[in-house]
Parts: sequence; structure tokens; C-alpha cells
Amino acid sequence: MSANKKSNLEILKNGLFGENTIFRMAISLCPAIAVTSGMKNGVALGIAVVFVQTMVNMTISMIRGFIHPKIRIPIFMLVIAGYVTIIDMLMSTYARPIYKEIGLYIQIIVAFASIFARAEVFASKNRVWPSMVDGFASGAGFLLAMIVISFFRELLGKGELFGYSIIAGNPLLIMVLPAGGFIVVGLLMGFFNWVDIKFFGGKGASGAG
Amino acid sequence: MAVKNKENKLIVSVSPHVRDGESVGRIMWSVNLALLPAFIMAVYYFGPRAVYVTGLSILAAVLTEHFFQKGIGRPSTIHDGSAVLTGLLLGLNLPASVPFYIPIAGSFFVITIVKMLFGGLGYNVFNPALMGRAFLLITWPKAMTIWYEPTAKFVGMDATTTATPLGVLKEEGLPKLIQMFGDKSDMYLGMLSGNTAGSLGETSALALLVGALFLMARRYITWHIPVSFLGTVALFAWVFGGEGFFNGDPLIHVLSGGLFLGAFFMATDYVTCPTVRKGQIIFGIGCGAITMLIRLWGGFPEGVMFAVLLMNCFAPLIDRSVKPELFGAVKEQKQ
Repeated sequence: MSANKKSNLEILKNGLFGENTIFRMAISLCPAIAVTSGMKNGVALGIAVVFVQTMVNMTISMIRGFIHPKIRIPIFMLVIAGYVTIIDMLMSTYARPIYKEIGLYIQIIVAFASIFARAEVFASKNRVWPSMVDGFASGAGFLLAMIVISFFRELLGKGELFGYSIIAGNPLLIMVLPAGGFIVVGLLMGFFNWVDIKFFGGKGASGAG
Repeated sequence: MAVKNKENKLIVSVSPHVRDGESVGRIMWSVNLALLPAFIMAVYYFGPRAVYVTGLSILAAVLTEHFFQKGIGRPSTIHDGSAVLTGLLLGLNLPASVPFYIPIAGSFFVITIVKMLFGGLGYNVFNPALMGRAFLLITWPKAMTIWYEPTAKFVGMDATTTATPLGVLKEEGLPKLIQMFGDKSDMYLGMLSGNTAGSLGETSALALLVGALFLMARRYITWHIPVSFLGTVALFAWVFGGEGFFNGDPLIHVLSGGLFLGAFFMATDYVTCPTVRKGQIIFGIGCGAITMLIRLWGGFPEGVMFAVLLMNCFAPLIDRSVKPELFGAVKEQKQ
């Protein structure tokens, strides 16, 4: 058990920017492309991920002393599946219209690389409170990515935000298609690298790992 | 190698030492020149709109390239003609009916994302002009599929819309297509001269052929890709194009759509096709096969664009797998 050396604020910053799931780690890209054609869906999935990630990290951290290293992956899986089931049921009851559109992607949170990664890298080695902060930060980083990506895709692809019409005219249909999703993610990734190198003296995405 | 120059200084340089007058710019401008016949035919059949669409597309491509390179602090390379070529090819790939923002948006997208972000001329994975057309077709599918009937008149812009020969062939079948032209020989003649609906520069097979022969005579392109491309299309059309097997009409498929433009000017793009001759033949066969798969069984009436773009992805792989052995190299012993 390595001692927690980072302050909570540093963990938060790390999750949001330094090791941002989408823009820096480039994992969990499938939902980032599939769900972000509209802001409503993107934000809903992001919030679900924040919940699951925080709770999973908390639970894994609490029981980390009891998990045998050889069976840790199945244990993580069970814990994640439990929380995904909770958020799945909650959303299907209280957020029915959104659930109808992105229900599949809520269930597939079970297989998100980002959640496994944080459980393995952080929660199984750290105390409960920092683990929760890390889970929340990582989930919030994902939520931030979802908001930014879906903002551009919905605005350019449909001329709308949250379903409300913003610009009239002929929108760029390609932006709501997967091809447009990849273009937006790629350009944003480049933008975040540029900001990192230019203003924070970083090395870009290659320096994140 | 050491060379003595006028100031009588000894200059030592690495190879190559013997160069002829060829340069990127010269080749690019020659290709532009080779497209002139097709452009003239486009103006003849579709009137001022051909100039308008192509001009906007070229202008947007050149300006985008210039300001992009200025913006990132690199010398502008618009004089080498590659941006003009991209704009011209994209313009010739558009229907005459498109509104003004389509060629501008297409050229902008192509130069920034497909060309410059990949590293500029020589580094792009995909053929820029075709990528622009694909982008526009996906983004504004309706505006990109309104085809004007060729009028061969310079006045009177009340153009009537119609379907392309391949569109008719797909939706209504061969008898209807022949009926549209009158009889069979009229149909071939119309396709050869360009008197059919379609993208600006793709309709006149003859004009494109003239340009292509010019390029071949100057040895800027070789026969490998176009011949294997056209041959595969003809073979597929003959075998699968008609009722039952082996009685399709290869000429319809070879002469119609964007095949000549694609085979001679797009697929032969130096940057995005294999460099080894054997690889170029594989590349051409692949292009032809995918084209015919889309034309005969796919959702779109025309498949040249997607075929060339898909094969562009495979170009490096093809090159690697047919790499010629070095002279005198020893074969690796099998374990």
C-alpha cells in the first residue's frame, strides 16, 4: 500500500486534465463517439459514469485488503456490475426518455476501460477518501470530455443545443455521424495537447502515461 | 561527389547528383493542364456554372492552404500547383447545381484536415479531392445529388434536373437507360462526349482520355493503375452486370460515372497509391472490384470514390507486401 502523496486538489486536477480519460488516455472512446451526437445524451452518460466511478473506487478501496491479487479482475467486475445495475435501474425509472436512447451504453459502462483502470491503478492501492476523490475526478474528466465533444457535434451537426434550435441553415450532417465524432475528438485532443505544451510546459499526450 | 561551381568553390553533397528539370510544381501544373479538356467540356455542357463551382473550389483551396501555412509559420507552397489541382479536381467532382458554400466548405475541409493536418503534400493518406467529395456527399446528401441535364447553352439557367446514367441503371434498369438516349450507339456516344448528367468533369470520357494520354506521353502516370482498374470494372460488368452470368455490357460501366476521372487522375495520385508496379496493379484491381461491388450490389449508384479511398488505406500495406528484393540479397533461411 503506497502512501497517498498527492493532495486532493492534485488528484482532481489529474483526473480532469492530466489523465483525462478521452483526451489524454484515449480510452473509452466507443461511448465518446456513440453517445455524443447530442448534449443531453452525452451529459447523461457522463453523470452515470461519475456515479459509477466514484462508488466503485470507494468500494474497491474499502475491501482492498481482502482481494486476492489473482482474482482481482473478477472482483472489480462484480463491484462495477453492481453499481451499473443500480444506475441502470435508476435511469430507467426516473429518466425514461434518455434511457430509451442510451440505455445500451449505460449497461456497457461495465466494460469501460477507464473504470477498470482507476480501480486497478488507484483504488486498490489507496485509502478510501483519496480513492473517492480520484474516482470522482476521473468521472468528471469523462463528463467534461462528453460535454465538450457533444457541444460541438450537436451545434455543428444539428444546429441545436440540448434539443433547442440555435442556428438555422444547413448543418454539417457529418458531425452527428461517427466520422464527425472522430474528427471532433481528434481535433480536441490536438487542442488539449497544444494548450498543455504551450501554457503548462507539458509534453503532450505522450507525456501523460 | 564534388562539383565545381561558378565561384570555384568545392561543393560536396549527398546523392542524387544528376537531376533533370522535373519538380513537384511542374508535374502538378501538367496534371492541371491535362484536366483542361475535361474542364472545357464541362463549361460547354453545363455553362457558366461550371466555371463558378470550379473557380470557387480552386480559390478556397488556394486561400486555405496559403493562410494555414502562414498561420503555422511555414512558407506558403501554393505556387507548386498542388492546391490548385486539389481545388480543380474537387470542383470537377461536384454537380453543377451545388450552392456556393459547398465547394468552399469542401476545399476548406480538404486542405486543413485531409492535407495539412497530416503533414502537407506528400504525407496525406487519402486523395484530398475525393475525400472532399466524400465529406460533402455525407454532409449535404441532398444538394450533392441534384444533377442538371447538360444543355450546351451558355444562356438560360433554368436547367432541368435529371438522374445520372448510373442512377437510372440502378433504379430503373438498362431498357430505360437506352430509351433515355434513343438507341444504344447514341448512348455510348453521349457517354464518350459527356452529354450526360453527372459531376462537372466526369461526364466526358473522351476529354479525360485526351488529358490522360498527355500525362502518359510525358510519363507522369503509367498504364498500370488505370488499365487494371478499368479492366477489372469491365470484367465485373461483363460477368455480373447482365441477366445471369457473362452477358453484361462492360462498356456502360466503363464509360459512365466517375470511372475515367477516378482511374486516370485520382487513383494515380503519387502520394496515395503504391509505388511498386506490381503493387499498382493490385491497387487497380482492388479499386475496380470495390467500385463494381458498390455499383452492382451497394446502396450508392456510383462507387469509384469510395473504392479509391478504401484502397488508399491499403496502399502502404500493398507496398510492403510486394517490396522487390534487393539485387544480390540473400534469401532468409527458413527455420
